[in-house]
Amino acid sequence: MNNFAYEQAENIGKAVEFSSNNSASKYIAGGTNLIDLLKYNIATAEMLVDINHIPEHKAIEEKSDGSLRLGAFVTNADTAYHPQIEARYPLLSKAILAGASAQIRNMATNGGNLLQRTRCYFFYDPATPCNKREPGTGCSAIGGYNRIMAILGTSENCIAVFPSDMCVALAALEAVVNISGTEGDRSLEFADFHRLPGDTPHLDNNLKEGEIITSIDLPEKGFDKNYSYLKLRDRSSYAFALVSVATGLELENNLIKEVRIALGGLAHKPWRVKEAEDFLKDKEPSMENFASAAEMILRGAIGFEHNSFKIELAKRAIVRNCMMALNPESQQPGAQPSL
Amino acid sequence: METITNHPKSARNVLQPRVLSLRVNGAPKILEVSPWVSLLDGLREYLDLTGTKKGCDHGQCGACTVICDGKRILSCLTLAVMKNGSEITTIEGISNGAELHPLQKAFIEHDAFQCGYCTPGQICSAIGMIEENKAHTRTEVKDSMSGNLCRCGANTNIIDAIMEVKEAKNHE
Repeated sequence: MNNFAYEQAENIGKAVEFSSNNSASKYIAGGTNLIDLLKYNIATAEMLVDINHIPEHKAIEEKSDGSLRLGAFVTNADTAYHPQIEARYPLLSKAILAGASAQIRNMATNGGNLLQRTRCYFFYDPATPCNKREPGTGCSAIGGYNRIMAILGTSENCIAVFPSDMCVALAALEAVVNISGTEGDRSLEFADFHRLPGDTPHLDNNLKEGEIITSIDLPEKGFDKNYSYLKLRDRSSYAFALVSVATGLELENNLIKEVRIALGGLAHKPWRVKEAEDFLKDKEPSMENFASAAEMILRGAIGFEHNSFKIELAKRAIVRNCMMALNPESQQPGAQPSL
Repeated sequence: METITNHPKSARNVLQPRVLSLRVNGAPKILEVSPWVSLLDGLREYLDLTGTKKGCDHGQCGACTVICDGKRILSCLTLAVMKNGSEITTIEGISNGAELHPLQKAFIEHDAFQCGYCTPGQICSAIGMIEENKAHTRTEVKDSMSGNLCRCGANTNIIDAIMEVKEAKNHE
């Protein structure tokens, strides 16, 4: 870990000011990813700007339009166990609790969850080329051991996956990310927040330099009756997803009125296919229909030497998770297979 | 830039010194550290509280778990400067004088360790978990304790010990 200066910001304006005065500075909130990256010298900083002491953006608040605003500095644990989240957005609660460990969820913040870096082995290994870590050096995963890597939206420059569970649910819920920066405040639709690798794999998201996430808005529709989060991984807890699926269903007269299906562990961002969701509209919630949707979602998937299994795994996970969403009791904590 | 010596307690060797005031195991502590010192190193190297263990130092093993302002956290993934003013409890602070904490007793009774290196983190994590009161069944407790690895493989006995204390507390 390199030596760095440290400042505490008492408000967002001050944080942005510290940041704009030093382009080699980084914000720190929970620190669970950044400190790890600093220890490996994968991230470096001349200054850390501690944003934990900013009194705003530390609450979960209902807004007049029925949406719920998640402060960026609320911890993942406090979010997952918040009565409003458990009651109105259980899909989000389940997804958060499927990620990390209890200790990390007690530290990690909502804003930071969106900003975590990939866990690609080569990104973490400075002895190997990596276009995300050092643009232009090449991708070691494409011809190397790539079991955990992406099968959708990859480029010839990068096949890393975005590791968050929380963000898979936020994609399904069509959250909105609120941002502050030197040029004022703006909002991004969740689907527009993270990026595909393309020719710029070093960029994970569309935040501009010095910008800071202040809150995340959840639209009123929470799919609290029919929802499920399924995470498939190499051990049953405290591991990143090989494939994860967030499903929210709205049923009417036993037909699908609306459905959201978002996938994790497969791409550089949470993956949704509108065409598949539209196909399911006004259809029966049957295995056959979900299987057809799964084919649409995985269309164009490209497997590499060690991860082609993800294509079939993802299709089956989609069907299984959509069926579980019909009976959310089937994935309560302690029931298989969500743990 | 001059290098840090191996004697961090010697204040003159601390670069960019920050003076912190913490409560550790109920006692006020003043600590002078550089900004890049983790809470774990602050506890072990500056306050001589070596009960908290450094396993992986990367947030993967849970050996460094302490209780900070009532919550179980990983002391390796936070900086000491970020915890100025906090109340920290480590394994050294959980017994009542010579009387062991119920989890310490249960770990002995259930033979819940071999080498013991993960034990301080396991016990601090279990204290945090029982306080959270979110995990109830054995399956839920296993999931909630999954951030604490035991390479000796004493996990079954660890969960036995925790379940016993948890159930006794429920009957209080």
